[in-house]
Amino acid sequence: MTHHHDDGEGISRRHALECMIWAGTGVLWTVSGGVPVSLNLLGAAEAAEARASGFTFLQISDSHIGFDKAANPHAIDTLKEAIGKVKALPAKPSFMIHTGDITHLSKAAQFDNADQIIGGAGLDVHYVPGEHDVIDEGNGRAYIERYGKNAKGAGWYSFDQNGVHFVGLVNVVNLRAGGLGNLGAEQLAWLADDLRAVSASTPIVVFAHIPLWTVYADWGWGTDDSTQALALLKRFGSVTVLNGHIHQIMQKVEGNITFHTALSTAFPQPAPGTAPAPGPMTVPAGKLRSLLGITDVAVRNGGQELAIIDSRLSDA
Amino acid sequence: MTRISISRLLACTVVACGSTLLMQETSRAADAPHVRIENFSFEPQTLAVKVGTTVVFENDDDIPHLVVAENKSFRSKALDTGDTYAFTFSKSGDFAYFCGLHPHMRGKITVSQ
Repeated sequence: MTHHHDDGEGISRRHALECMIWAGTGVLWTVSGGVPVSLNLLGAAEAAEARASGFTFLQISDSHIGFDKAANPHAIDTLKEAIGKVKALPAKPSFMIHTGDITHLSKAAQFDNADQIIGGAGLDVHYVPGEHDVIDEGNGRAYIERYGKNAKGAGWYSFDQNGVHFVGLVNVVNLRAGGLGNLGAEQLAWLADDLRAVSASTPIVVFAHIPLWTVYADWGWGTDDSTQALALLKRFGSVTVLNGHIHQIMQKVEGNITFHTALSTAFPQPAPGTAPAPGPMTVPAGKLRSLLGITDVAVRNGGQELAIIDSRLSDA
Repeated sequence: MTRISISRLLACTVVACGSTLLMQETSRAADAPHVRIENFSFEPQTLAVKVGTTVVFENDDDIPHLVVAENKSFRSKALDTGDTYAFTFSKSGDFAYFCGLHPHMRGKITVSQ
């Protein structure tokens, strides 16, 4: 675990990223002067500072309500535990984002259960769909009817909070044979239009289910046309991309863009290439909860970076 | 009385016919060539059949999959673990397909006369 000190000039981004992974229960993102930074356990003072002068928001992902296989027969219970962690946070987050795969099979009862449990946190929740949320008979109608009232197309939208511009994208529909995740021309045109009026100094947070950079193409862990989206984000000083889908923490910094993926609350998946397939990974009893978790993000006004805390359901 | 007997007879006939049809369907499904979905791949990846053959796709993964023809000639619903999808190929040709959820998964059915 790396511990960093704030020297007043902000830490380097790479150093900030090193701080991101630690054993806890989620990722706390703080936007500090625009750039998201992870807060580690040892950085509690900085976290407190971020909370005092900015705001925090929470990311949860891949709750897969309805999953009951060997890797975790009780995905509903681990989501409850994750929401318990959210409720126990010392500072209440301003809102929550869910980066998709809310349900396992897009069934109404699964959405109902997820809504009831997640609603227990008492926070506004901004969703984007995972591929598991759009496999109802209507190919995504169930998701849109429930979560997409103020969204465009298959469920994309943007909103502003305390000077930060948030963009929720959908890259799980109209997938092409042999391809990866897909944003599509209509959504890219919307994104270009949406960003047009946003000043380059505005911190941007983009969230979508499948990673917007290629983590591992052999397993489909990337998005075919993400480079076009990222090109639209180049002119901004601070861009943070938050994804799910791969059920493990990964991060990368490229120029002005910080990429980060969240843990699942349901089951872990193997590291790229370490298994024959990317399916649910069954781990020894007692280890599961150390591989599940949430992400908390703090936004610090006047600072330079967001802070991200990944924390886990248990340290074991 | 006569009317009732006829109704009963008709009812019996309908049930009998239904059973026969059901048995035919079942035996056809059992004999049908299978494509198993396991470890995020179709097995066998390529399959050659005659026109009129019903192919059964069976998902043996812990994750749902969805079988979609590239030319849109067939599309399954989401197949949960253990679910099957049967499609009867009535035309000859190459039918490339993929998983609608994990499009890196691909396969092909070659149908000949």
